[in-house]
Amino acid sequence: MELTSQFIQLIFSGLTIGSIYALVAIGFVITYNITGVLNFAQGDFAMLGAMLAITFVSMDIPMGLGIILSIGIVVLVGGIFERTAIYPARNASLPTLIIITLGVAIAIRGLAILIWGTQPRSLPPFTENNPINVLNAVLLPQSIWAVGISVVSLIAMHYFFNKTFIGKAVTACVVNRSAARLMGIKPEWMSFISIAVSAGLGAIAGIIIAPISGATYEMGLMIGMKAFVAAVIGGLTNAPAAIIGAFMIGILESFTEGLWTSGYKDAISFALLLLVLFFMPNGLFAKATGKRV
Amino acid sequence: MSKRLLEVKGLTKAFGGVVAVSEVDFHLNQGEIVAVIGPNGAGKTTLFNMITGVLPPTSGQVFFDGKELTGKQPYQIAEAGITRTFQNLQVFENMSVIENVMTGVHCRLKTGFLQAGLRLMGVKKEEQQAFDIAMSCLEKVGIADLAFEPAEVLPYGNQRLLEIARASASSPQLILLDEPMAGLNPQESRQLVDIIKKKREEGMSFLFVEHDMETVMGISDRIVVIDYGKKIAEGTPAEIYENEKVIAAYLGTEDEEEAI
Amino acid sequence: MNHSRVNDLYNRHYGGLFLFIVVLAIVPFFVNSFFLSVLILVGLYAIVTTGLTMLMGYAGQISLGHAAFYGVGAYASAVMTGTHGMPGIVGVLVGVILSIVIAVLIGIPTLKLKENYLALATLGFGIIIFTFFKELKEITGGLNGFFGIPSFSLFGFSFDTDLKFYFLIWVLLIIGILFSKNVIDSRVGRALRSIHGSDIAANSIGVNIQQYKLKVFVLSAVYASVAGSLYAHYVTFINPNLFTAMESINFLIMVVIGGSANIWGGMIGAIVYVLLNELLKDIVPVFFPNVGGEFQIVFFGVLLVAILIYMPQGLAPTLGKLWGRLVGRKSKKQAVTGPPNADATVGGSK
Ligand SMILES: Nc1ncnc2c1ncn2[C@@H]1O[C@H](COP(=O)(O)OP(=O)(O)OP(=O)(O)O)[C@@H](O)[C@H]1O
Ligand SMILES: [Mg+2]
Repeated sequence: MELTSQFIQLIFSGLTIGSIYALVAIGFVITYNITGVLNFAQGDFAMLGAMLAITFVSMDIPMGLGIILSIGIVVLVGGIFERTAIYPARNASLPTLIIITLGVAIAIRGLAILIWGTQPRSLPPFTENNPINVLNAVLLPQSIWAVGISVVSLIAMHYFFNKTFIGKAVTACVVNRSAARLMGIKPEWMSFISIAVSAGLGAIAGIIIAPISGATYEMGLMIGMKAFVAAVIGGLTNAPAAIIGAFMIGILESFTEGLWTSGYKDAISFALLLLVLFFMPNGLFAKATGKRV
Repeated sequence: MSKRLLEVKGLTKAFGGVVAVSEVDFHLNQGEIVAVIGPNGAGKTTLFNMITGVLPPTSGQVFFDGKELTGKQPYQIAEAGITRTFQNLQVFENMSVIENVMTGVHCRLKTGFLQAGLRLMGVKKEEQQAFDIAMSCLEKVGIADLAFEPAEVLPYGNQRLLEIARASASSPQLILLDEPMAGLNPQESRQLVDIIKKKREEGMSFLFVEHDMETVMGISDRIVVIDYGKKIAEGTPAEIYENEKVIAAYLGTEDEEEAI
Repeated sequence: MNHSRVNDLYNRHYGGLFLFIVVLAIVPFFVNSFFLSVLILVGLYAIVTTGLTMLMGYAGQISLGHAAFYGVGAYASAVMTGTHGMPGIVGVLVGVILSIVIAVLIGIPTLKLKENYLALATLGFGIIIFTFFKELKEITGGLNGFFGIPSFSLFGFSFDTDLKFYFLIWVLLIIGILFSKNVIDSRVGRALRSIHGSDIAANSIGVNIQQYKLKVFVLSAVYASVAGSLYAHYVTFINPNLFTAMESINFLIMVVIGGSANIWGGMIGAIVYVLLNELLKDIVPVFFPNVGGEFQIVFFGVLLVAILIYMPQGLAPTLGKLWGRLVGRKSKKQAVTGPPNADATVGGSK
């Protein structure tokens, strides 16, 4: 009895944190598919989203409005980032682009300290947060919000990329650049859209996690890294696989923490990353490809 | 009859469901120039990639000079005496022209990290040796005057010549050329044909892929024809010229510009 | 006639170097103790970045985990000399051996990966090592840190003043740079650069690319480890937060600032980075009294992006020209002054 309830408890927290990783991981996948760049600033969009939402709420702006404003601002920041840092360097080598995103990530982090300081902050729960008892395990409504919102966002993304005109154009661009051009969409704008959208997803992730584990200027690094692991499990290009990966990481983490130690939590996730990279460098679900000469 | 240098047996490569090369057999004798032809996407580059170890074959074997090379790494195959050039140029753009070719001498030299770092005896001598070999390779392809230029500023045609110089720097027995004439003007093409002929006189053998039929017919001793990954014909230029299967394969793609 | 020109291939004139060494030898007697300690830090960082330059600038392999090797060296020395009372050289050697072992174990699978994945794998590996520093509390002292590391001594000579330490570090750095330069100007250097240029072509002309990548990775780890060991002796107190992913990124920033395709780039980057950092520390509070070290983070983040976009070769080529003029060397052809590398940006092929 004890054991099952603890088990369920750990599953709940694993799913909650997994849903956050899923949102950020999908951001990676979208950006990677379209620009070929691994965006190391992705996790910092989550931090920005959380910090902005906290600020708006503390200014007595209604929470819903505050959240939407924060997401909007982060999308804007993502767009500016793309125009000022990625677009001008689009012909540079891949490692150069990676380092550029790293530079942006630390710049955002530094800005966050300038504005919000180094103390952890927190966002009130979206609704009254009385624990619900499920099979002797405690479930917080905020966790339901987290999983719910991320599922809704992921479905919305699916809709966006498969049903809307812009989304289809972006998808077409991945497959065939001239096809996208024929649809009247400049491929150059695809990277803009993809990074802005990914930034928005990151912001949502940060905002829904903030009431649960708070927000600090450096939260982006770890969220980003874990989401990377998830995306890599999906081979970087496969969105559903990345989502599965995200929940796997979340659950692995909550079990390591609950049953063993929180100290090695991060090391375990990255050990998994290394294992996947070493033994299945194209992800758990991917086919082999290679550079052609 | 001279000895068999290269022997390819049942070489097959599948990419997922696509079988790019299927059960190809052929051989090349020492001192021969053999051409591999076939329409776009026939599997010629994939065949080269398997022979040089860039891609592992799905099945089949490669023998060179009596030894099996199947499954070996590209650098081991280069050490065994086969080098190549690339259809999509792979010049080292971060080096000067001469350094590109000096890198080609790599497997004939020995200097390692410690020896180089401490600049022990012998390093200087090896540098001179690499330089001399590289210079003479550049002279043979006629771009010695560009030796100290950064490789990336070379025009396309010269980059092709540079790749050939680089591939010949280790004095391999066999060089694989993947569409060496692509992007060359007629004069450059003729120059390249002369270079290949001269090198053959020095004892080198060539296996090459080429769409320019005039060249193919002009310099090859034998021709291997591939279509949809399968070998459909093999023979002297005269035999191939009259082979109905070959004509059909090319007629089928006549509307594409690479046809004869 | 051509045959003498092998000497024109690489710039191996040491007049400028001699002058530089003279300057280095004089400088410490004219600066205050604070600036001397800054120069020591520069030297330590430069040892790391010189190794990293070989890895990233020449072989084109990105690493976001080198702070781990820096830390392995530091903790090896701390534990060997501080806990076990062994001589300093033992600590350095233990660090080097550990780093080699770790680099080989990590390098063999990691270096098969390309660009994006390599960046991730090295970052992940750095975080794992950091976790060990933090969690192996009985050995490392965990987050409380490791106190009381004795000063470094070699054959009975103790480097117990900043001045002595300065000379130790900079002599080592110059040796390290010369070693690297020799490697680069040889068969080995060309093999490394060919991997950067086109790994497939390199492999196909006989370069064992996995082996070369591994060896240069190990070499760069050794540089980092030695620097880490000496760093521990110098500061006498270390804790895991000195060896985070951020520190790895700082090393990378230095390499990029200096210019990754120039063997002096690592040192130049370290000098510029540390001096800028100190300068900002002094200047920023004058204008923004409430602002602390965070401004530097923003600054270096933006600087990193700007350099990669507008000056991908870093500062080394420009400074190299200035220096050449200063020491009166006639500037020869471009190929003579350095690798003619327009896309000298860090890492892999396009
Ligand atoms: N790395 C790869 N992954 C998947 N499919 C590949 C790969 N390389 C080649 N192919 C496929 O294999 C087939 C043969 O390609 P290959 O490049 O060998 O043709 P080719 O004869 O060299 O053509 P061309 O004359 O255009 O150079 C093609 O259908 C191609 O799409
Ligand atoms: Mg081809």
